[in-house]
Amino acid sequence: MTLFDFIQRLLGRQKPSGTMAKERLQLVLAHDRSDLNPELLEQMRREILEVVQRYVEIDIEEGDVSLETEDRVTALVANLPIKRARPLPALVAAAAAVGMAQAPDPEAQQELALPLACEPAEDPSPADPD
Amino acid sequence: MDAVTSAPARIILICSGKGGVGKTTLTANLGIALARLGERTVVLDADFGLRNLDLLLGLENRIVYTAQEVLAETCRLEQALVKHKLEPNLALLPAGNPRMLEWLTPEDMQRIVAMVAERADFVLIDCPAGIEDGFKNAAAAAREAIVITTPEVSAVRDADRVIGLLNTRGVAPVQLVLNRVRPRMMASQEMLGVNDVTDILALPLVGLVVEDEQVIVSTNRGEPLTLNGNGSPAAKAYQNIARRLRGEDIPVEDPSKARRGLRARLMNKIRKTTGLF
Repeated sequence: MTLFDFIQRLLGRQKPSGTMAKERLQLVLAHDRSDLNPELLEQMRREILEVVQRYVEIDIEEGDVSLETEDRVTALVANLPIKRARPLPALVAAAAAVGMAQAPDPEAQQELALPLACEPAEDPSPADPD
Repeated sequence: MDAVTSAPARIILICSGKGGVGKTTLTANLGIALARLGERTVVLDADFGLRNLDLLLGLENRIVYTAQEVLAETCRLEQALVKHKLEPNLALLPAGNPRMLEWLTPEDMQRIVAMVAERADFVLIDCPAGIEDGFKNAAAAAREAIVITTPEVSAVRDADRVIGLLNTRGVAPVQLVLNRVRPRMMASQEMLGVNDVTDILALPLVGLVVEDEQVIVSTNRGEPLTLNGNGSPAAKAYQNIARRLRGEDIPVEDPSKARRGLRARLMNKIRKTTGLF
């Protein structure tokens, strides 16, 4: 603890209540406006992270999905630090798994999925999910 | 003003979601202020279960009929409209009386407001608290709305719900009145600031009323502050809202940011300690 922090604590200084009121309101209104309860939001957060993980390696601990409000418009804001992109074959597999690719046959899918299991990603540069 | 040539009436819902933030006081004062400016104004108490607009206007002993009798055709509209003694441009119409709950439907509201609007420049609808049937009935005939709130978390949250409902109903414009402002607490950030509230609710501010003891005094007497034209801060604020509604460009000042000179502060101190002037 720095001396400055110590003095702050000694003085019992904290945020003025008006500022706290604003922050609390913004949070509660974001939820009110979206009609999403925290449980649903958490479920959505997990699912979003799952999908994103198929494409890029992300830091789950740091990943943050929250509701923010500005000008009466509520936005779902995801802040997901990317460690690195998945190798291209894995990306195709991931796309196929969610039915977005040109639907390759199941065998080809298995083949493509293999490198993901045994080979570590070699190319950390971002790849395009084609 | 000639009824034939005048523009269609402005039909304004005055609502807040939360109770006790100043809807009825605003309706009464705004009604008087608009009437004073020459507008034929009808204030409609849509909160007939717990009606109080009559009391604030000092008309509680003069109500004989309500909108319900007008719609049932047991009386004419002129008989139900209670004209204010001191301000003939203002009339009060109670929607119903407390014994007859559960009669008003949105269609009833639209019919009675259409009748009233033919003979008025402004129709102010005093909405009940809440967002249930009472609100839906009151809002059924409204073209525009004023949402009134205070700088408190509960009032702002409830106002937000109401604004959402008004938006989905297509009521526009929706404007904001911030009531019971305490400039000193705002300046020390111990209360939500004016900008905090307007940012959160994203509505244009049509008026700001500082906390004023005169409001209580005027309520006790049944004489809205705007009636006497006394110089109390709230009276001025209500008059300014009326003028802004008519299109006058009067900037809304944030009293927590007003820089007060040494002299003003000194005078204030003298006033406080001596209780004079």
